[in-house]
Amino acid sequence: MADLPWPIPPELQAEDPDLYYFNPYLDRPKIEWPDGARVAFWVAPNVEFYELHPPRGPARSSWFRPEPDVLHYGIRDYGNRVGFWRMADLLDELGITASISLNVAVLDHFPEIGKAMTDRGWELFSHGVYNTRYQYAMSEEQERGFIRHVAETIHRHSGQTLAGWLSPALTNTPRTMDLLADEGIRYTLDLFHDDQPQPVKVRSGRLVSLPYSLETNDWTALHTTGGTPRQYAATIKAQFDQLYAEGAESGTVMCVPLHPWMIGYPHRIRPLAEALDYCMGHDGVWHATGREIAGWYLDHYHDAELSRLRGLAGDA
Amino acid sequence: MAVDPSYLDYPLRKRGMDHDHYTFRRHGEHPRMVWPGGARVALWLVPIVEFFPLNMQDGPFAVPGGMGRPYPDYWNYTLRDYGNRVGLARVFRVLDARGVKASVAFNARAAERYPYWVDQTVARGWEVMAHGWDMNHVHRAEWDHGFEGSLIRRSVETLRRLSGQPVEGWLSPANALSDNTTHLVAAAGCRYTADWVNDELPYEMTTDSGPVWSMPLGHELSDIRLITGYNQRAEAWAEQVIDAFDFLHHEAGEAGGRVLALPLHPWVIGVPHRIGRLAAVLDQILDREGVWCATGAEILDAARGSNP
Repeated sequence: MADLPWPIPPELQAEDPDLYYFNPYLDRPKIEWPDGARVAFWVAPNVEFYELHPPRGPARSSWFRPEPDVLHYGIRDYGNRVGFWRMADLLDELGITASISLNVAVLDHFPEIGKAMTDRGWELFSHGVYNTRYQYAMSEEQERGFIRHVAETIHRHSGQTLAGWLSPALTNTPRTMDLLADEGIRYTLDLFHDDQPQPVKVRSGRLVSLPYSLETNDWTALHTTGGTPRQYAATIKAQFDQLYAEGAESGTVMCVPLHPWMIGYPHRIRPLAEALDYCMGHDGVWHATGREIAGWYLDHYHDAELSRLRGLAGDA
Repeated sequence: MAVDPSYLDYPLRKRGMDHDHYTFRRHGEHPRMVWPGGARVALWLVPIVEFFPLNMQDGPFAVPGGMGRPYPDYWNYTLRDYGNRVGLARVFRVLDARGVKASVAFNARAAERYPYWVDQTVARGWEVMAHGWDMNHVHRAEWDHGFEGSLIRRSVETLRRLSGQPVEGWLSPANALSDNTTHLVAAAGCRYTADWVNDELPYEMTTDSGPVWSMPLGHELSDIRLITGYNQRAEAWAEQVIDAFDFLHHEAGEAGGRVLALPLHPWVIGVPHRIGRLAAVLDQILDREGVWCATGAEILDAARGSNP
């Protein structure tokens, strides 16, 4: 793919991302999770660092207000000072192994947070370097270097091989998915088109789209829609009930994406605890990490499903 | 396309913060806070008295509660002014009836226009806190250092003159700051600032004029955040305040004193259908053992006593 100008002009924009095949939920091969579980349930906290004075990027400003946006900086910094530790205690209490959407600069700024995550055996996946540095407008060489840099940083600090990618602040280029697959990344969370894992169309290698969620995301529930913590808990439970029921026919995935700077407050942490406990308390729930869910799907379903979908679409 | 190479360079990526205002301190690794009488939760009530001029001009962002309609925006002006006439009276009555105290944060212009409320605050032995000049003067990066310094000094000195109190606490209008604000607040002789909303306990900050303490007047439980920002009902605000209190009360049992801080905007919480929720919340909290209702200065003194 040739380098595109930025912003990408309308004549070079596509009407469809061309990253996956149409695949109606009514008529699919059955997915079976380990031990016959109905739902693969995973918890994905975003551990982030927002810079007080980020460089101005090519897209939007990183802050709501002109810099220094101390109010919003403080709210996010609370996540690392207070919210993270309270959330970690809660996940310990519930026996949940988290999959962390990580701004990898956190490992340099706060090694104590890095240690707390690796000591617990949590998976670290990529959420870029800072949440104030976007992936938009990178050249192919830059974006590939960025992916390698994140993978190398996570490996150096934790020994883990990077498996998953949620672009920082959900910013992409049209070539992100191809580069992720090229670099050996196994799953992306940037696509919201399904409640089951789906193959991503990439130019080489394999990449699976795992269900993340903007519905059971604390930011959406508590900030964008202004719900209360108890309403958020009810949302998580209702989402779980439905996916659990459907999972009797074919395995579903439920993700609870969190932000310690949203959920770590004294008025929010208990309703979350109750909702997570509710989900974990059911039989037939596979409590997994992103790496495990993607791995299971890649090992058992990805290739056959991609062939089936290609055949249906008449693709070579 | 390509991004500027500097966008992929991270000069401040090192241990600790990306600025020098304070150092990192994780929750749980602070000194154990000991409150008077062995209380578990310090309750810090902060009524906020603001002046939104009818002719306020566009600032660096839309100030919550500002004049959002064409001049003369009587709608917004009078709704804010309602708080300074009626709403604050209700808040004071609710506090008086329960024998609890507050730190009342004043825009200097609000105090000059309504010295009545400064007198009422002083007469009760409550604390007067500084809340900048007025809501048309939200602090911003473009301000000249000298101008901002003199405005902060003038704000604090106006309140000192009107109240006879030392006026040691600062809260910036709309929580907006320049990079100099915290330094200049310390230079004006304030002992604490409530601007940084990143912790639940006091901690020491560094400025060009010596240390200043950060006091935890959080934003996420504020009436303005939940009720006017998220359009939640007062019942939802009350439910969250009680949930926060219960959690902190429990946490304090093992870990030491905690602070529950409640910003109270009289134009929000002081209307007839909401004020009862404030009364009910205070009744529930004050009914529990181990609650110490205090001013910001008192909480700070106790925190510093815990951290010799």
